[in-house]
Amino acid sequence: MELLLSSAIGMLTAAGTYLILRRRSFAVVLGTTMLSYAINLFLFSTGRLVVNQPPIIESGVTSYTDPIPQALVLTAIVISFGMTAVTVMMALGAFLEGGDDRVDMPRADRQPETSRIDAGDDHP
Amino acid sequence: MNHILIAPVILPAVMGALIILWMRADLLLQRVFSISGTALLLAVALYLNWLASSGEVLVYRLGNWAAPFGIVLMLDRLSALMVALTAALAFAVQLYAFGSGWDRKGWHFHALWQFQLMGVCGAFLTGDAFNLFVFFEILLIASYGLMIHGGGPMRLRAGVQYIAYNLAGSTLFLAALGVLYAVTGTLNMADMAARVAMMPAEDTALLRTGAVLLMLVFAIKASLVPLHFWLPSTYANAPGPVSALFAVMTKVGVYAILRFYTLVFPQDTVIEGVVMDLLLPAALFTLVIGQVGILGTRNLGRLAAFAAIGSIGTLMIAVSQFTPQATTAAIYYIIHSTLAGAALFLVVDMIGARRGDLWLRLDGVMPGNGLISALFFATAIAVVGMPPFSGFIGKLLVLDATRNAPEAVWIWTTVILTSLVAIYGMSRAGSLVFWKSYEFQDVPVPVLAPAPAKPGPIPTKLEPDEHIQDLADAASPALAAAAVGLLLAGIVALTIFAGPVTRFAAATAEQLHNPSIYLDAVLERQEGTK
Repeated sequence: MELLLSSAIGMLTAAGTYLILRRRSFAVVLGTTMLSYAINLFLFSTGRLVVNQPPIIESGVTSYTDPIPQALVLTAIVISFGMTAVTVMMALGAFLEGGDDRVDMPRADRQPETSRIDAGDDHP
Repeated sequence: MNHILIAPVILPAVMGALIILWMRADLLLQRVFSISGTALLLAVALYLNWLASSGEVLVYRLGNWAAPFGIVLMLDRLSALMVALTAALAFAVQLYAFGSGWDRKGWHFHALWQFQLMGVCGAFLTGDAFNLFVFFEILLIASYGLMIHGGGPMRLRAGVQYIAYNLAGSTLFLAALGVLYAVTGTLNMADMAARVAMMPAEDTALLRTGAVLLMLVFAIKASLVPLHFWLPSTYANAPGPVSALFAVMTKVGVYAILRFYTLVFPQDTVIEGVVMDLLLPAALFTLVIGQVGILGTRNLGRLAAFAAIGSIGTLMIAVSQFTPQATTAAIYYIIHSTLAGAALFLVVDMIGARRGDLWLRLDGVMPGNGLISALFFATAIAVVGMPPFSGFIGKLLVLDATRNAPEAVWIWTTVILTSLVAIYGMSRAGSLVFWKSYEFQDVPVPVLAPAPAKPGPIPTKLEPDEHIQDLADAASPALAAAAVGLLLAGIVALTIFAGPVTRFAAATAEQLHNPSIYLDAVLERQEGTK
């Protein structure tokens, strides 16, 4: 089970990292989703892996699973779910307004489009 | 247990919810409630400062659960100071938002503003590592909304970049917390500190991994080089008042570094060296990149953004020393750089409202040239750290605190040389925008045919671009100028009362460098809890 879980986390992280380094926002959104899945699995494993054990104190039970990572994963799932929705909306807005869905800033963010007399050549 | 401790979180949360549910359509009501909420927050923050000035660490246990099991809020001098700084900044900048009319540009400005304050104050007050993550998410989600307030293609694109970068940062944060939980078995900061202190030195490989991961996360928030790439486009494209409020957001990262690496991983434990070796070079590079960016940029918005990066560099040089004297300098510089950075963003926004764009190029004389140039001049002096303003005192404190450090030569050389670069960059920008505009003759510009629209899914845009706030749209330019004046008055007060402020900062630093106070307050004195 350790091998299965760790290889799943590793593969999700690798795929997610590759995807968030892409230039199109769709791939980036997929990448962050995969990364958050990987992290959820990882958080789950931080309470040590045990099979079929209760998380809450019961009489006659000596071995438990750690409930805190499960609570953390729940929180993380909710947050990442909401964040993915926000990202998709923002990416869609940028796509509709900006005309393409690249995540890097266009040149017009750094220098003016029309070259009047600007800072570079202000010596008459 | 004093319930006022949680007020800085509850108050903006209630106010934000009220605004969005009851007065969504009425801007005047929103303004009244929002500004009175912020004023109330400021009053609460001042009261908290008075409470914290006793030197005691006050603890608020949510649900009255005992410490390592329930979530705690901690109030010490540093968190009280940061909450007060946030509230004061938010109050002044909010006045600017009224005066410039930015809050009319889109929906839900005030609700998002309140939620932003809730997240920032919560991050400053919490004593639980996972709770810190949750508050980071709250402030980030609100900041995504505020950042794209007003819309426009450039702003939305910068927003996507910002959100993607910070999502990756949040993922890293969770990974760091997972590692730390796996090693220590707790998420309460004080409890974690106690367990880290007991850990044998040879078992700390995973712990050190967690500590460095956590530092990367905070470095993203604080925009330390090489994790600063999200900042220039974000701050330059965000609405002026929002960038000004964001001046305190980078300080959240700095605060978290200060908090974690004095309380949980003090320098004399196993973590020694790892963090310091990484932080100081990063801080020096941040300073260089920021100040060179001031000189190299062709846009006033980006100039202010690079000035923010530069101030983080100076700040982190002081933080990376982890001595009480350097922390004192850092705390003073946090107050100064937040006020000065915010004032610069507001002045730049005022210029944008009058000129129509923010490019650094010759243009006609703008209306109100005299007033704006005076404000820009004062702010620029404060930002680059020339006398007579508090930036100079802050830099002196930083230099003085690092005098005996082994890397003193590097630090002094970098700070002094980059200050020169920044002065040059600011004077170039100021003289081009304000002085040379009198020489500008309006030569007929060859009218270019409008660039063909990019083939997008919608042929025409739904709304016109509202990248720059328009002067004609401003409700009250006088109020906007007064808000900038308020921030400058804060800087002047910080200069005049540098003595008392430094003494307060020294007491804060002393408290920070004595973690046993926190362990005692959070873990030992727990009578009457469940």
